[in-house]
Amino acid sequence: MRIITARRISQIFFVLLFIWFCMAATLGERWWQLRGWPVNWLLQLDPLHALGLWLATHTLYKGMLWGVLTLALTFVLGRFFCGWICPFGALQQLMGVLGKQGLKPAQRIARNRPHAAQWIKYGLLLFVLALAAADMMNFVVSSSRQSPLVFWGGLAAAVVGLVVLHAFQWIRMRRDVAVIVAALLTGGLLFEWMAPESRWLAASLQTGLLDPIALMHRSVNLVVVPLVDAPLKVTSALPRVYPGSLLIGLLFLLFLLLSLRVPRFYCRFVCPLGALFGLCSRWSIWRIGQAGDGCTHCLRCERDCEGACAPAETIRISECVLCLNCLDRCGHGVMGYHLTPSAAGESASPDLTRRQVVVALAAGLVGAPVMRLEGSAGLDWNPSVIRPPGALSEEAFLARCIKCGQCMRICPTNVIHPAGLQGGLEGLWAPMLNFRVGSSGCQHNCVACSFVCPTAALRPISVDERMGRGAFAGSGPLRIGMAFVDRGRCLPWAMDTPCIVCQENCPVSPKAIFTREEFRQVRGGLYMVKTAEGHTLVLQTTALRQDQYATGDYFCRYADEPPRPIAASNDDSLTLGPQPVWSRWPEPGQPIEVLIRLQQPYVDPTRCIGCGVCEHECPVQGRRAIRVTAENESRNPSHRLVLS
Amino acid sequence: MPGKTPHIAQPSRRAFLRRLTCSLMGALGTGALGLAFWDRRGPSPAVVAPTSDPLPDFRLPEKGGRLAIVHGADRGQTLAAALHALGGLGGFIRPGDRVLLKVNAAFATPPMLGATTHPDLVTHMIRLCLEAGAGRVDVTDNPINDPASCFELTGIGPAARRAGARVVLPTEDRFESYSMTGGRLIVRWPVLTRPLREVDKLIGLAPVKDHHRSGASLTMKNWYGLLGGRRNIFHQQIHAVITELAMLARPTLVILDGTTSMMTNGPTGGSLDDLKDTHTMIAGTDAVAVDSVGAGLLGRSVDDLPYLRMAAEAGLGTVDYRSVSKGAPSL
Ligand code: SF4
Ligand code: SF4
Repeated sequence: MRIITARRISQIFFVLLFIWFCMAATLGERWWQLRGWPVNWLLQLDPLHALGLWLATHTLYKGMLWGVLTLALTFVLGRFFCGWICPFGALQQLMGVLGKQGLKPAQRIARNRPHAAQWIKYGLLLFVLALAAADMMNFVVSSSRQSPLVFWGGLAAAVVGLVVLHAFQWIRMRRDVAVIVAALLTGGLLFEWMAPESRWLAASLQTGLLDPIALMHRSVNLVVVPLVDAPLKVTSALPRVYPGSLLIGLLFLLFLLLSLRVPRFYCRFVCPLGALFGLCSRWSIWRIGQAGDGCTHCLRCERDCEGACAPAETIRISECVLCLNCLDRCGHGVMGYHLTPSAAGESASPDLTRRQVVVALAAGLVGAPVMRLEGSAGLDWNPSVIRPPGALSEEAFLARCIKCGQCMRICPTNVIHPAGLQGGLEGLWAPMLNFRVGSSGCQHNCVACSFVCPTAALRPISVDERMGRGAFAGSGPLRIGMAFVDRGRCLPWAMDTPCIVCQENCPVSPKAIFTREEFRQVRGGLYMVKTAEGHTLVLQTTALRQDQYATGDYFCRYADEPPRPIAASNDDSLTLGPQPVWSRWPEPGQPIEVLIRLQQPYVDPTRCIGCGVCEHECPVQGRRAIRVTAENESRNPSHRLVLS
Repeated sequence: MPGKTPHIAQPSRRAFLRRLTCSLMGALGTGALGLAFWDRRGPSPAVVAPTSDPLPDFRLPEKGGRLAIVHGADRGQTLAAALHALGGLGGFIRPGDRVLLKVNAAFATPPMLGATTHPDLVTHMIRLCLEAGAGRVDVTDNPINDPASCFELTGIGPAARRAGARVVLPTEDRFESYSMTGGRLIVRWPVLTRPLREVDKLIGLAPVKDHHRSGASLTMKNWYGLLGGRRNIFHQQIHAVITELAMLARPTLVILDGTTSMMTNGPTGGSLDDLKDTHTMIAGTDAVAVDSVGAGLLGRSVDDLPYLRMAAEAGLGTVDYRSVSKGAPSL
């Protein structure tokens, strides 16, 4: 078998696996639905998430350990992930092949020349890693505070060690040593100056914005599956809606189309994961290259070189995605995958200047604190950003969410959506709840999103914890927000019209919505009695509509007698129900009132969990008369509303 | 340029004719297409959806006005006894009949919370239907929460499938724009009619539940689950709409499961504290009488539920259930 056949099989396998996982991320009992299928496995294999999370939280959550394996293998094999596993890489490659049809060899070779802009992806990588690095710095600052001796001692030892190594000429580059020593000393002083709670230490995890696996999941979860499944109805009986998916879909399409013109455009210029692999493959034990003499410079190897790494000349090891096309195409048996550097020379480290590195890192380190000046994770928090149950407090959440959209995919009621800029730039495409959309609010006894989240941005919660039962009885239910009645829009409050759909649907027990009864005189509801016989009052009017007051909600009041239900109404008369009995009966010429019985809703802040079922069901459609905001949410204790 | 006359190619006659034909065809074709799609008036103001044919009447005239009340804790036994008192299910279902069970699967809550039709009742009813010779049994509802989750979590879906019935989910294509004959509220409204058109018999299976707005959710209120669209707007006239729904559905039989009743916090419940063992199974063809018994289980009188009187006045049954009751054997 040709080696590239093996590669193609591997790529097809992982694309199919990816599609399968997207399918299986459906809540249900059927064999193909979410029943322990490792639907996050590809996200977990992706070491960019692992690295970002580690920097942002100094932990590796659950399956994120898989990323370590990928990274370790990259040190040995090179960028095998890009060429053999990454489903987005496979799609790009497919598009590239389509785009190359009919081109002359020279044109093909031209498409695969290395391009100066390929450094951009390394810049993006360093930028997002630096954005996330604050927690690590925090860690260092607090350990320097706890044991200054160890910290300064270690630093001094490092400096002395470097100087000694240099003095004995075990290492040579004088400038490099000077730079490192200077960096160590300024770093140490900086850390000493920072306080652990300093605003410089804000971590923001943005690896997911451009990470190809997160991008694939997000695009397929929120765009492809809803489109494909709308007629098939396999994963969802009702068509899914994701506000904001337009941008996500357009970006996906854009990158695919770009790779028609430039093979693997995304991998070459944008992909921060590829950049990470590129940096690590510098030391890889096996590498592509020319085995010895024999190269005739026919450039066959460059016709289909996916990484644009110029295998015929000085091969760029960090760009090589191990597509192995060069191996396959070389007619002279020169190209190989072996332990020695290429006979034609190789450049192992990426084309990256020191200035570029410094700029990317500095931008990242400054980026997170600057974004926090917006205040959207702090004082200027947006109350309409409601995060799923299980979400960590906003800053911790932003340090973990990779915007993969798994929670939005799994949500059985389609109520979790990718945020736009509501939660600030940092929260782009992170999950938020929109109760107007979806098949109902956030289902009371469902914790699916918290289990599917690969990074614990939504930490796994049990139904008991969510409901505040059993072991969690003391802490009460988890609240994601709280409902407020808009009395200017609510039918019973503003329009003398009975309703309380919200109360009916409130799923907690006792209900968080309760009502107070009010009998209100209807508009123009004061009538003079003409005659009164039995239970029937004939009025001095003929303007009533037939059955106008016979809906069961209208009552009649005479003087200070209790309201009596109206059983039937005619154009000039009212027939009253038998109960309650009146002690007096109106005389001709006396006034009676027609009342409507209203139950007006109130929200009990100690019971409301913010599930949004009321908001979803409220018949005031445009802007609901009862709306949930993130007020009183459990995850941010500072948003607490009432004392009891 | 001086000295050079440009050479102008003379088209051959044949080429000219070909061009002429093409251009004429193009001109005529464009004109014809334009005329064919010409809209002289613009859109008319109201596009009224046509309403579909009346639904079948599933009642059996010879079985009208019956009611059986059985006390006991075991749903299988009480159901069988109640149906026996009505003359046996065989009297209602002919061999080969397709039967539709309209359950209450409104909320995605587990069966023990009593907010939905109990799966045991569904299982027993399906078995009895199949024993009576039913050719096919369907189970449907248009729940309030997410339909798929509701059928799974309430246990109704799995129970139905195990017992050999089909779960009919309320997908969009199963609704029609419907006007109830003589209706005032249900006019050109999306109603879950298709499942009803595909069957010969319709049976309602409802639990007994508290309901703040209407007083109680029983068998007549259960037909709310046939409505689609933004049906919540009907809460403004809840009693009238329940009455209309009872006129719309015209079931073969209704079963009211008062084995446990949701006394408070209805219709969602959410806690075992909201439930009470009332150990009663009611079956009948007079839904008003059946629901009057249910009201009693909740400690409510007929006057607390105006829709009972309204339905009785519309000729749907009697609130005086003792006049039709088949006695109340206890198990
Ligand atoms: S919160 Fe949602 S989008 Fe963010 S990482 Fe978790 S599952 Fe992915
Ligand atoms: S559902 Fe909406 S309109 Fe109706 S009572 Fe509640 S808040 Fe008011």
